[in-house]
Amino acid sequence: MRRFIIAVTLALIPVGAFAQQPAIQVENAWSRGAAAGGTGVVYLTVTDSGAPDRLTGAASPVAASAALHESINDNGIRKMRPVASLPVESGKTLKLSPGGYHIMLEGLKQALTAGQSFPVTLSFEKAGPIVATVSVRQGGAHTMDHGHMDMHGMMDMR
Amino acid sequence: MTVAASRNVLIAVAGLLLAVVLLGAGGFLWLGGGVGGRGGLTIGGPFTLQDGDGRTVTDRDLHGKYLLVYFGYTFCPDVCPTTLTAVADAMDKLDGKADQVQPVFITVDPQRDTPAVVKQFTASFSPRLIGLTGTPDQIAAVARAYRVYHAEHRTGPGPNDYSIDHSSILYLMGPDGRFIAPVNADQSGEEIAEAVRKLTS
Repeated sequence: MRRFIIAVTLALIPVGAFAQQPAIQVENAWSRGAAAGGTGVVYLTVTDSGAPDRLTGAASPVAASAALHESINDNGIRKMRPVASLPVESGKTLKLSPGGYHIMLEGLKQALTAGQSFPVTLSFEKAGPIVATVSVRQGGAHTMDHGHMDMHGMMDMR
Repeated sequence: MTVAASRNVLIAVAGLLLAVVLLGAGGFLWLGGGVGGRGGLTIGGPFTLQDGDGRTVTDRDLHGKYLLVYFGYTFCPDVCPTTLTAVADAMDKLDGKADQVQPVFITVDPQRDTPAVVKQFTASFSPRLIGLTGTPDQIAAVARAYRVYHAEHRTGPGPNDYSIDHSSILYLMGPDGRFIAPVNADQSGEEIAEAVRKLTS
């Protein structure tokens, strides 16, 4: 019996080794309040401790469609263009944040209100689908990423 | 390509880049220098628009307070909400001064941004924010008066398949309706509040 237990324990070790954290981590997924029928947004960060990958798309039950976009500042003219995919590099963080890359939610099926959460499924070329929970935030937390951090009580720094 | 032809291309490209840089820099300086009486270039002026309840609002109805005007559209997922969130934050940070400042959102997308849509949109940022829309002619006129760049960018075959490319500036207008200065829209609420404090002191 003891040999059986030892054998099973030894057999489980490689399984335990594989049951580690997935290489791709999606964090800090957040959104803003928006009206039903309107357009919403999702920002988040993706870190990859494994092999390089690509973020190829998104979907959410709260919207008719979700797609990767980039805000571009073309000599003062603000443009928004779809992005086919975004690279996720080993050991690096991919940021979707105000003024830059973001997920555009079109045809919102419900209003998004502060304090709410909803799921978004991200599609990765190698890692496959990963679901993240998006928090709808109240007003003035984040500004355009121009290297300036303003710290004050209202900001939710996570 | 021959050596002469490729040199011509290089000169043309260099010239184009120079023009773009000058236009970009000049554009902002041009707006900044547009105070009435200096070179005859004006920003702002009379307008007739509609508020979120469909009521007519003219520029004169908004005289008496400083205006912080932003042009955008409600189907904009990123730039417009980010800016208006910062404006709402700025209003909170202005404390007592906030009563003298009226933030205004004017849409450059009259097709989709009906009064009801605009009303819901602005309410999600701040109860202080007034949202204005209008007929295509009314919007074209006010955008022209404020020298706002706006252009539809088609994204699909449907009538509503478009985003809008647009300039993104906060216009600070005086209580008499005259343009004071542009305020950088890519700032935090505190930075915008500080700029407004300085310009209205």
